[in-house]
Amino acid sequence: MSRIKEFTLPDLGEGLTEGEILSWLVKVGDTIELNQPIVEVETAKAAVEIPAKWAGVVTQIFHEAGTTVEVGAPIVAIDTDPSAGALPEPSAESLAAVEVAPAEGAVEPGLIGGPAPGGRTAVLVGYGPRTTIAKRRPRVGTPSTPSTPAAPPPAPEPEPVPSGPVLAKPPVRKLARDMGVDLTSITGSGPMGSVTRDDVHKAAAQPVAAAPAPAVFDTAREQRIPVKGVRKLTAENMVASAFTAPHVTEFLTVDVTRSMKALEKIKGRREFQDVRVSPLLLVAKAVLLAAKRHPMVNSTWSGATGEIVVKEYVNLGIAAATERGLIVPNIKDAGRLTLRELAEALNTLVQVARSGRTPPADMAGGTLSITNVGVFGVDTGTPILPPGESAILAFGSVKPTPWVHKDKIKIRQVTTLGLSFDHRIIDGELGSKFLRDVGEFLTDPEATLLSWT
Amino acid sequence: MATGESEVGGDAPAGGFVQLLTPDGERVDSVTTADGTTYTVDFTDDEYRELYRDLVTVRRLDAEATALQRQGELGIWASLLGQEAAQVGSGRALRPQDMAFPTYREHGVLYCRGIDPIMPFGLFRGVDQGGWDPNEFKFNTYTIVIGSQTLHATGYAMGVTMDGKTGNGDGEAVIAYFGDGATSQGDVNEAFVWSGVFHAPIVFFCQNNQYAISEPLERQTRIPLYRRALGYGFPGVRIDGNDVLASYAVTRAALDQARNGQGPTLIEAYTYRMGAHTSSDDPTRYRIASEVESWKAKDPIARMKAFLAKQQLADDTFFGEVDEAAKKLALDLRERVLAMPDPQPVTLFDNVYPHGSPELAAQKAEFERYHASFEGSAH
Repeated sequence: MSRIKEFTLPDLGEGLTEGEILSWLVKVGDTIELNQPIVEVETAKAAVEIPAKWAGVVTQIFHEAGTTVEVGAPIVAIDTDPSAGALPEPSAESLAAVEVAPAEGAVEPGLIGGPAPGGRTAVLVGYGPRTTIAKRRPRVGTPSTPSTPAAPPPAPEPEPVPSGPVLAKPPVRKLARDMGVDLTSITGSGPMGSVTRDDVHKAAAQPVAAAPAPAVFDTAREQRIPVKGVRKLTAENMVASAFTAPHVTEFLTVDVTRSMKALEKIKGRREFQDVRVSPLLLVAKAVLLAAKRHPMVNSTWSGATGEIVVKEYVNLGIAAATERGLIVPNIKDAGRLTLRELAEALNTLVQVARSGRTPPADMAGGTLSITNVGVFGVDTGTPILPPGESAILAFGSVKPTPWVHKDKIKIRQVTTLGLSFDHRIIDGELGSKFLRDVGEFLTDPEATLLSWT
Repeated sequence: MATGESEVGGDAPAGGFVQLLTPDGERVDSVTTADGTTYTVDFTDDEYRELYRDLVTVRRLDAEATALQRQGELGIWASLLGQEAAQVGSGRALRPQDMAFPTYREHGVLYCRGIDPIMPFGLFRGVDQGGWDPNEFKFNTYTIVIGSQTLHATGYAMGVTMDGKTGNGDGEAVIAYFGDGATSQGDVNEAFVWSGVFHAPIVFFCQNNQYAISEPLERQTRIPLYRRALGYGFPGVRIDGNDVLASYAVTRAALDQARNGQGPTLIEAYTYRMGAHTSSDDPTRYRIASEVESWKAKDPIARMKAFLAKQQLADDTFFGEVDEAAKKLALDLRERVLAMPDPQPVTLFDNVYPHGSPELAAQKAEFERYHASFEGSAH
């Protein structure tokens, strides 16, 4: 063992991957004793002082205060036998070792810690992949053949920068966001071309070349609104949903002229005299009937138990814009209601929501939802799933549109439906069939009712 | 030096506690509690000095372990800093035949049992499972699960009675260690019920260090912990947990009660954890600095040193020698911990069944073949 010993940052608290150097308590040239506090490091769990592992003289400090260092990286070099005379050379190779990730230790594809489809690194649990990888001895007699033939071996150095989404760990993404650095503008230096903290810091330090005239922020003309209440809840729900359930959205433009005519007929019937009837009613009916034909759409991903919970009842959520913000109350067991009962329930739900008196129970337990963005005059949207639900339908505005009808171009009442669904549960095929059925009902409600029910 | 009329101590919490050595190093001759029991100690000068040596040694070994964790040589460490008196006093009160059931923090008790302090380091270094023969050392394995060892201890103590090993001064007694947080566990309360009902020869030694990780004592109880014992039908005593003499006197008396067939006792050692809950914890997030400072003034070692100096039982030569000896032990411990061999992968099959099984043997053979397929394999 060389007289120069490098102290690497240990895992200070059961599963940590990095720590920030808060301050150095020694400097190069200092003579230190065993267990003398040398550096203060803050991890996700605690700020701690690290005592020297060896007595000697500090010869090199690899990372200044303020740097975040990966567990396993050398942080300080100590000459453990300074009385033995001058040193031949400062250890330059150790510096290189800090910067270059060892490719030889790469984990085989398919294993935990190895590359997974989509360029991710597979992790079972915990804080994310470690960059310090246990060294693995080569297999006897098979120097270069990968043990998993189905997957290609990891790319040798230099690693090509993959096109497509930028690779960066979540903390690095947050750092970039906080520092206002556009990740796509950075060439990553980490494994597989991923962007590291250092890359972000470097990018932030560079002056923005050819930047347009700097915007002047006139704070006097800015309004600061505290985030609380429904807005806060909405934000939390949306973030939770968007980053938990992989969303897919499909669109379908349909001719709803017959539905509009049917609606007029319904309005004329005596039993609907005293209740408001809107296109949303037929969309709700269409969703309920289509859900009956495709029950998987009305389900919940239960990650905790490793199950998909398919519900035989539909608590139909209706997104409602209120003064307090967006809420999604639901109609309990809406599939059992007659059209007249459904119309009443919709009216009550909307009125109560607008008055701001929706009880929490009405907002809990939704299984499938509709957002009626058409009332704002827009064509459609890509809604985010309410947490726990697997599908949500956006209903756009109904507009007179030139449309091919019976081989001729006619002015027809047309709308666009947008269906977002949780791709963990619902494949493209099922999502498409469900959306197609909703569209078919709205295109020809009488015929579908007769054939489906 | 006055004889205490009742539980005394200027720095005592409401309700008092048994204190035989004040934070200033003043000796209290004896203390008589409300139930009429009088506690005192009768040590020779040498014994006083050896208690001091124990306190310094366990603190120094603990500091070395904390440093080793920070240097990446231990996965985790639960420091006993501040609780030395409670552990040394109670640990030295044990007789050879007595059985102790520790948590994961009783390094001081382990040391006082005469066990090589390296024994638990395999667990914290991750090179073994932390197993040893409890009967050989009269010291159960470290128990990480909060409070479960009180039930094991109760069962053991009931067994001692069934074996007819109680009822006289040479009888066996059992001590179970736990913390203030554990008193909220069902296990501990069940242990109290069973011990009380079956008159088990057990001492429940609660080191109330004021925090269950970050949860303060007021979230555990509305009454002093020692008074809970009354509800289970046995006596409870609170001691100054930073006073090694009180810890020794009360534990010794309670153990003797137990070995004579007089049933269980709950001892609440009122103390303070000066460090973190474990090396993964940051106490500054939930404790204020002034509180820690106020407890520094009650340090268990400082008061013993003050007492020895005032009574002219020891001088700076002695104190220096103790420090040097403790440091030597600590450095020796460090060297031996660093030299602990990493376990071979195949050893994971060793302790599954006492005599193995055909299925296990097949798995082991396959695992060995797999490892042999790597270059430079030792297997």
